[in-house]
Amino acid sequence: MSIAAQTDSCPRQPIVTGTSVLALKYKDGVMMAADNLASYGSLARFKDIQRLHPVGKYTVIGAGGDMSDFQYIQKFLEQLIIEEFTSQDGHDLGPAQIHEYLSQVMYSRRSKINPLWNSLLVGGFKDGKSFLSYVDLLGTTYSATTLATGFGAYLAQPILRKEVEGRENELTEEEAIRIMESCMKVLYYRDARSLDKYQLAVITADGVKISESRHLSTTWSFAEGIRGYGAQTQ
Amino acid sequence: MFRNTYDSDNTVFSPQGRLHQVEYALEAVKQGSAAVGLKSKTHAVLLALKRSTGELASYQQKMFRIDDHAGIAIAGLTSDARVLSNFMRQQAMSSKMLFNRAIPVNRLVSAIADKAQVNTQEYGRRPYGVGFLVIGYDESGSHLYEFSPSGNSYEYFAMSIGARSQSAKTYLEKHYEEFADASLEDLIRHGLHALRETLQQDKELNVNNTSIGLIGPRSEHEKKGVQPEGAFRILENEAIEPFLKTMVAKEDPPAPAPAASSSGPAASGSGDVQMSG
Repeated sequence: MSIAAQTDSCPRQPIVTGTSVLALKYKDGVMMAADNLASYGSLARFKDIQRLHPVGKYTVIGAGGDMSDFQYIQKFLEQLIIEEFTSQDGHDLGPAQIHEYLSQVMYSRRSKINPLWNSLLVGGFKDGKSFLSYVDLLGTTYSATTLATGFGAYLAQPILRKEVEGRENELTEEEAIRIMESCMKVLYYRDARSLDKYQLAVITADGVKISESRHLSTTWSFAEGIRGYGAQTQ
Repeated sequence: MFRNTYDSDNTVFSPQGRLHQVEYALEAVKQGSAAVGLKSKTHAVLLALKRSTGELASYQQKMFRIDDHAGIAIAGLTSDARVLSNFMRQQAMSSKMLFNRAIPVNRLVSAIADKAQVNTQEYGRRPYGVGFLVIGYDESGSHLYEFSPSGNSYEYFAMSIGARSQSAKTYLEKHYEEFADASLEDLIRHGLHALRETLQQDKELNVNNTSIGLIGPRSEHEKKGVQPEGAFRILENEAIEPFLKTMVAKEDPPAPAPAASSSGPAASGSGDVQMSG
């Protein structure tokens, strides 16, 4: 009997997926970015999906991977926040606690060979401290001042490191936005499952703010010169 | 044998609206040796009087560590206390593992209060025969709670439970306004003075019969420990010697005791009843 049969589940694959999530720490807190696309295989199926989600007063999670699993995560985190609120004792869950909880859920699901197929970034700001950490479908976690999931780990992370590392306490919100924008642009040019429509989340002492969708302006005139890209003349 | 009718079953109210089994359980707490708790802005302290069954026997444990940030002192049935403290430890570990958060002290106390309440309502059960003083430190500062078998829990600046605890309470009520800004040494001295009030005539606090549990930055009298600085620790034997030395002798002619108060039934007579088992 296969392990999958023993555990009453079958090996799965993600169906409707989101691509990269980017995040960095800056002077006032944490910024996160993700585009609005949910793909169905290579088809750009949904172009108005929000992949950044606030959890409580201090935290944002951003998700790549299976979007239905992400919706399930949103649902149980909302339940968790409600339970915490209901105790009415002034104690609430910050980003570190939410990240720990998520990592426990993700690891327990992978151990049942039924993982939640996501890579998640958890960013937040509480009690004067910013928090940024990663967790994925295996329950793997790590933390850094810049993080990127999916293709962003290869395409955007080097740029983020160059721009941010060592300057976390100097970077202004404007500079952070500029860095995010340039990274999202690189991703839009090179990641075939991405979109030029994206959102930014900022988490500071003032709380959580998630922007309206923003548009990337790109130029494609160079494409004509690439053999095999456009209509061929010979 | 029975003091009342309507007392053989905890699920039945007496015509006066009382649950006699619950009240007997509260009586079990009063039979246990006294424990005192008090807190400042930076520290929370427990002090307890240990009893032994005789010269040849060891002293009964009165304090339990729950977690680095919480601990309890007990009065009443030690065996019931072990069950509840185990449960508290599980709650604390679960919070650490699931959320990487030290469990808020009020939730720890509410959790056992809820357990105790069930025993006052369900058929075929009995209330716990033990009361706790719980100290802890969390995001909202230092805390002191009292837990009792009735399922009630309250937060206090200072509190005492157990045999002749009314005398300690009287001391605490007189001095509690000094506690908030007191140093750890002053806080413990107040605690010892309060605990001393619960002693029988001609008995005194010594290194064998006294336990001190505390949370907060280390005192100059303490040795450097292995646990994280400020974590809950229990001081016993020679470790409490320097604290006992800070006590001030009672004003010599002890005013002819007018049997202090009316409300403490355990405060009268020979009192110190030994519990079996």
